[in-house]
Formats: sequence, structure tokens, C-alpha cells
Amino acid sequence: MITIENFILITILSPLIVCVLTPFTSKNTILRDFLGPIGGIISSWGALNIMNSALNNQNTTLEIVKIAEGVSIGFEVTPLGAIFGLVASFLWIFAAIYSIGYMRGNKEKNQTRFYAFYAMAVHAAICIAYASDLLTLFIFYEVLTFSTYPLVTHNQNETAQKAGRLYMSILVGSSVILLLPAIIWVWVATGSLEMSQNGVLEGKLDAAYAPLLLAMFVFGIGKAALMPIHKWLPAAMVAPTPVSALLHAVAVVKAGVFTMLIVLTNVFGIDFLAKTGASEWLIWLASFTLLATSIIAIYKDDLKARLAYSTISQLSYITLGGALASSMATQGAALHIITHAAGKITLFFVAGALYVGAKITKISDLNGHGMSAPLIFLAFFVGSLSIIGVPPMVGSWSKFFLMLGAADSGYVVVIGVFCISTILNAFYLMEIPARAFFFKKEREINIKIPKLILIPTLITSFLTILLFFFIEPFQNLTSMIVSRI
Amino acid sequence: MIDILIKNLPIIVVLCPLMMSLLVVLIPNIFFSWALTTLSTFLTFLFSILLYQEIQIHSHISYALGKWMPPIGIEYIIDKVAIIPIIIISGISFLATIFAYKIMPEEIEKKSISKVYSLWLLAIAGLLGLVTTGDAFNLFVFLEISSLASVALVAIGAHKDKQALVAAYNYLIIGAVGATLYVIGVGLLYGVTGTLNMADLTNRIADINNNRALIAGFGFMIIGIMVKAAVFPLHIWLPRAYAYAPSAVSVLLAATATKASLYILARILFSIFENSEDLVNNTLLFVILPLSLLAMFAGTIMAIYEKDIKRLLAHSSVAQIGYITLAFAIGTKASIAAGFIHMFNHAIIKGGLFIAITSIAFYINKRVTVNNLSGLGREMPITFFCFVLCSLSLAGLPLTAGFISKLYLIKASISSDGIWLAVLILISSALSVVYLWKIIEVMWMREGKKIVKKENPTIYISLIIITFLNIYFGLDASLVVNGSFEAADKLIGDIK
Repeated sequence: MITIENFILITILSPLIVCVLTPFTSKNTILRDFLGPIGGIISSWGALNIMNSALNNQNTTLEIVKIAEGVSIGFEVTPLGAIFGLVASFLWIFAAIYSIGYMRGNKEKNQTRFYAFYAMAVHAAICIAYASDLLTLFIFYEVLTFSTYPLVTHNQNETAQKAGRLYMSILVGSSVILLLPAIIWVWVATGSLEMSQNGVLEGKLDAAYAPLLLAMFVFGIGKAALMPIHKWLPAAMVAPTPVSALLHAVAVVKAGVFTMLIVLTNVFGIDFLAKTGASEWLIWLASFTLLATSIIAIYKDDLKARLAYSTISQLSYITLGGALASSMATQGAALHIITHAAGKITLFFVAGALYVGAKITKISDLNGHGMSAPLIFLAFFVGSLSIIGVPPMVGSWSKFFLMLGAADSGYVVVIGVFCISTILNAFYLMEIPARAFFFKKEREINIKIPKLILIPTLITSFLTILLFFFIEPFQNLTSMIVSRI
Repeated sequence: MIDILIKNLPIIVVLCPLMMSLLVVLIPNIFFSWALTTLSTFLTFLFSILLYQEIQIHSHISYALGKWMPPIGIEYIIDKVAIIPIIIISGISFLATIFAYKIMPEEIEKKSISKVYSLWLLAIAGLLGLVTTGDAFNLFVFLEISSLASVALVAIGAHKDKQALVAAYNYLIIGAVGATLYVIGVGLLYGVTGTLNMADLTNRIADINNNRALIAGFGFMIIGIMVKAAVFPLHIWLPRAYAYAPSAVSVLLAATATKASLYILARILFSIFENSEDLVNNTLLFVILPLSLLAMFAGTIMAIYEKDIKRLLAHSSVAQIGYITLAFAIGTKASIAAGFIHMFNHAIIKGGLFIAITSIAFYINKRVTVNNLSGLGREMPITFFCFVLCSLSLAGLPLTAGFISKLYLIKASISSDGIWLAVLILISSALSVVYLWKIIEVMWMREGKKIVKKENPTIYISLIIITFLNIYFGLDASLVVNGSFEAADKLIGDIK
């Protein structure tokens, strides 16, 4: 019988071990390439068990090192963390298989380095999921930023260098200047770095300061990509597509909104937020980001750029759900972490497949090529429907809960925002299959898609349908995030 | 035998390098003079560790030199405060000596090597004497010993680059002015109180209120030490001296020299003048606080625009000294502890960075500028990796020693109602990422020429040790944190 403490270690360490082993296997490329999927399977096995224990309401904590008095690194199982940990480790399996196809198909250089840092980034994301206190969270937040830098600048050309600079300066700058002092402020106010299920700040922080502290958190968590600190995400699209798929649609950005949700629920506590109205401004900011980036996405002809803006918009759903400060909305936000991850990773997989298969990056070049790669476009179609929120795709669940939550908190306008956004989503995502299947072909291209790319893409798109019917355990878990008194 | 050793440790720590320096000068052989120096610094380090253990038991050791009882005779005092700079100086000088083995003969004439090592030990002895002595005038003597030896060491860089002479001359003149100011201050204090013993000074100052000569003496002493500690804007000697000194000397000076003076500054402010609270508080608030903030930003901005890497690191040192003096200026127990934490951490960070950069200079055989670094990341993976880790530590990223400094510094400033200070500290440290990243990016991104020399273990061993320390003290900081809190406790007692 393996204890939950050990499962935490298994889940966290398997990507780290993959990272360490990769450089030693650089001669044997088959072994090196398949370390990722194997690590992913082991890690998700651990994550599944952790989720199971979270469902049974077990409380497990694990202290790793004690840096100094009251400052330590440790992990614990929370419902929200269990969800994010599972999402990151489970999708890593498919992303790892996909990257083999992509890196080989594209004949990329420095593959060993790529796989090593890829695993490192996954490790950091999973550590964020199970972080037991704000310091651990912050540490791995930074590790995640630094481990993705070599991935973003993988091509090592001028564009990559510029994008890398923007990426680092926004993410490191915001986290060091705002997030760190905010965390230390909490430390000074409450006397510890711990978090708790119903927030720790009530009664410890003057309500007048709450909006200021919240603002420091919100703009400090650059990975959540709220306007005006969203620019790094489109810039990061210079990275190879597996990076954009797993990291900039799942691990990194979800780490951002995960941190945001944790701060809103476990540091402030939604009761405290609802009472003081400290998060009201955040509702409007998130709504604005949500709509503005959807509109920008319509005007992007570059497929990855459009998906990037779509991601920013979807991340704002999650922030918005947290800011609404009602139990239902928080549930919706947490579910959206899963549903958006499954949908968006599929879309990025398709974008990468088209690049490997025919060097297509622009949407306007897709006209009429639907039938030359029907499965890939079908996958895109299914993924899009999930993002838009059409049943029976899993995306419909989270939107449903978010709207209920908005009604619950009494912000009827926000329901309108969700509706408009859905229309915009449909508008910019459906253009792609529509062009592929119904437009006239302009020139003949042969799209050859490697199996290692096609299979994971189909699996993740099928996942969006499958999860629609098996959402119950996740829904149970999300209902435990905010326990009602 | 051991008993006698333990009893005389406070003076042995100083005498060991001092005596050896006289011996080393007689040995012409390159290897043996180096070996003797290494042995001597190693022994000094060992004695400091022993002293540290003694301090854990006795917490305050007073040693009367030549059995002349204080306050008449010269007293050496080791307590929980003094032990921090002693460990820093002896530890770093040991690592720097190991590092010097290959580097030194490359940069200076073969026949003068033993003289250089003699000066090297003399400088170390001076620095150690500076922090152990409990006598204000004896302190001046050690101040001069260490400064003159360092000036000569910087001047030896002239074998490679004539600029070193100018740098050394600057250092000499400005350093002499600083020392003179200090000794004038001591003279005034002696006139008012009639004693030179620090503990005695503390007691006698308590009886004197608002004496102008006392205030003037305080001012002279503080300014004199601030010159030595390179507190902005009295730092102008520092960038040149660090940049043009021989590589190994830069490492030694950058990691240790200013630390001793900063320690003296803390001693003067919080120990000698602990009873003139208004005077000290006004100085902290109106002089040291604004200067520290200026240093933090001026140093960082200068570093961003600097192309020569050694000078860049020197400018960055000015900014880092600003953090330490800022911590003193806040003046609470937590902040002074944060100052000592950073004093220790900065020594291992800057030591590491200087070792990395000077070993790069050794390999490419040129002055290291930003453009010369192209592609070296791939040519010298070990050096590059250590450089990156030390840089992250300097920027204060988590899991490194630098993070611990920032954490406690910011916590101290927030809890003394200075959230704006915390934000300024963070902005400045975010800016420091800019210049560090500039270097890392060039090494990582650009294609460069192949270099012939392979990385040499005798050179990178110290680098690896010091980088390891950066990580270790980021993971388990309890030693440094507890030590610093005890030091702060000792310095300002239960007053605040």
C-alpha cells in the first residue's frame, strides 16, 4: 500500500527524473524520446490516486525542507490542486508523444535540451498544483518561468531572442515586483505563509487595504495574462508548437489562473471578498479582457496567434469565476481549468500538425484543404465546439456553472458577457474548419501528418466528448473547494 | 597546548596570515609560495571555525593584548556580531587563494609572485584585524594595513593593463582621505572622552550630552568608514579598482573588503553610539537611508549601461552595499539581521560571479566585455552554469541565498511600515535582472568563436564550491538567519 505522501512524491518527481535522465540518453534517441510519455503515465497514475484521496476528504501534508524558522517548502493535497495536478500530468502524456512526432517531423535542433526543459516545466507546474504554502507556490512559479525560457527561445534567432526578453521581463518583473511583496504582506499580516480553505486574511487585514493587496496579487500573477500584462503570451508563440500546446495552453497559463484561484479562495476567502467587495473591480477587468481579446483574435490571421488570444480570453473566464466570489462561480472556474485544457491543447496540436504537414501557419492559406487531412480538421472542429461550449462537449459544463455563478452573485451583466463571448468564440474558431471544408481550393498542397502527431490529437479531441459524460468526480471535487459554513 | 590555542584564538586569527605574509615573501618558487599562502588561509579559516564554536559557548570573548588590561591596553573582542565578517573574510580568502593558483602567474610577472602573495596575506590580516579589534585607534592601523596592501595589489594589475595604476592611485588617495577622516574622528572622541577602547567609549558617551566635538567626531568617523565601505556617493574608487586589479585580487576584494568596513559602520552606529539615540537615528534617517536608496538605483542603472563585465559587477556591488546600509538604516532588530544576512550572502554571490568572469577572462585572454562573451555558454558549460546560478542568486530568485536576503529585508521593511521601501527594493532587484540577463543572453544566444583551452579543474573547483554554497544557503538558511538575528540582538539589545 503506497501512502498518499508517496504518491505526491511520485507525481512530482517523475517529470524531474525524466528531466535529469534525458541528457544521459541523448545517444539513444528512442529511449530519450519515450522517457516523456512513460514519465507522464507514472505521474498521472500518482495524480489519479491523489485525486481519489482528495475525493475522500483526506488531508495530507508533506514538508520537504525547512529553510528557516517559519519558512519551508512543502506540499499538500487540496481539491483544486488535485484537479490541476491531474490535468498537467495527464495531458503531458499526449503532449510528450506529440512532441516526438513534431520534433522529428520538423527536424528540430537541440532536441535533448528541449525534452529536458519540457519535463522540468511540467515538474514545476505539478509542484505548483500541490504547493502547501505561498512560498512554495512562488518558488515553483519562478522555476516554471525560467525552465520555459530555453523552450520559448528554442530557435535561437532574433525573433526568439526578442520574444524571450519580453517573456522574461513581464513574467519575472511582475512576479518579483508585485507578487513577492504581496506574499510577504500576507506573511506580515497573518504571521505565517500558510493558506487555508476559507482564507486567512479575514480579521487580519483592514478591509480598506484588501483591494490594493488583491491588485498586487492580480497583476503580480503575470501567467494569468490579464490585460494589460497579457503581451507575453502571444510573444511566446515563437516556441515550437508542443510548447505552445502543453505549456502555453495548459501548464504555464493554468498555473497562473490556478494561483489566482488559490489566492482568491484560500488566501482572501470568498466570504471575505463577497463581504468587502474587494474583487468587484476584478470582475470588470476580467470581463473587459475576455471580450477585448476575443475581438483581437478575430483579426489575427496567424493560427497560433489567434489561439493565443483565444487562450487569454478563456483564462479570463477563470479569473472572472474566482472574482465573482460565489461558490457556484468558483466551481465553474475550477472546471474550466479542465475543460479548456482538453479543448485548447487539441487546437494547438492541430496548428502544429498543419505546420509539420505542410508548413501552413496562416488561416487564409487553409482554404479548401479540409479533405486532404479530414481527421485533423475534424479534431479541430470538435475541440472548437468544446471551447465554444456546445453539448455534448465538456466545455459546456464549465460555462453552465460560470453562468449560474454569475446569477448567484447577482451580476446579471456578466451573463451577458459570457453570451457575447460565446458568439465571438464561435466566430473566430469556426472560420477554420469552415475555410478548410467549404472554401475553394487556391493551390494544391500535400498535407502529410505523422502518426505520432495524429494519434494524440485525436485522443485529446475525443477526450472533450468523453469528459462530458464523466464529469461527475471532477464536479464533486470542485464542490469541495469552497466548503460552506 | 590546545587550551593555549583556544585561549589565544582572537589574536591567532589575525597573526596567522600576518606572520605568514612575512615568510612567503622569502620563497621565490611560484608553487611553494602559493602552497604556503593556501595553508595559511586554510588555517585561518579553521581557526575562525574554532572561534565560531567558542562563541556558541561563551558568546563574548575579550582578549587583552599582551596582558595589558583594557581600557588601557588594546582589547580584542569577538562576539556574535564580529564572527560573521570573520567567517566571511577567512572563508572567501581561502577559496580565492585556491582560485589564484592558475590565474595569478598568467597575469603578473613570475618573479614578483611571492611578493604578491605576501601582500595578499597582509590584506587579509588587515581585514581580520579590523573586525576583531575593540580599540578605535588600533582599528585605524588595521584599516591602513588592509588598504595599503590592497592598493599595492590593485597596482600590480599594471603588468597587464596600465589603467591599473590610475585605479590604484585613485584608491590610494580616496582611501587615505577616508582613513584620515576616521582618525580625526577618533581624535575628537579621545579629546572628549579620554579613551580609545570601544566598550569604554560607549559608557563614557552616555554621560556626555550634546557635545559638539562628540557630534563632529561621530560625523568624521562615519564619513571615513563610509568611504571605505564604498557607500554611494563615496564609492568612486571601487569600480576602477575592482576592474583593473589582477583577477584573483578582484575576487578577494569584491567579496571581503567592503564587508569589513560595513561591519565597522554597524559597530559605530549601534554599539559605540548606542546611547546617543537622537544622533544615530537622525543619521540613519537623513543620511544613510537616502544614500542607500540612491546607491540601489544608481549602481544598478550604471551596471545596465556598462559594457565591461568586471566594472559592471563592481557597479552592482555598489547597489548591493546599498541594500545592506538600507537594512541598517531601517534600524529595527529584524532589519539589522537582514543586513547581516545579506552581507554574508552577497559575499558568496559576488565571489562566485567574479570567479566566473575572471576565469572567462583567463580563457579568452582578453578583457571581458559583453561582446566578447558570444557563445561562451556552450564552450564553457560549467563556468556558464555556475555563473547563471550565481546571477539568479544575485537577482534574488527563490532557492538561492540571495532570495533569503531579499525575503528578510522586505519582511523587515514591511513590518516597520515601509511598504514603499519594499517596493523600491524589489524594483531595484528586478532592474538587476536586466544587466544579468544581458550577459546570460549573449552567452546563450549568440554564436561565438571556438576557444582552444579546456576548462581547468583547479580554476573551477572554487567556483563550484561557492555556487554550491549559494544553493545550500538558499535551501537551509537557518545557520545564517539565526546567526544574524543573534548578532542583531547583541548589537541593539532589547532597546527596540
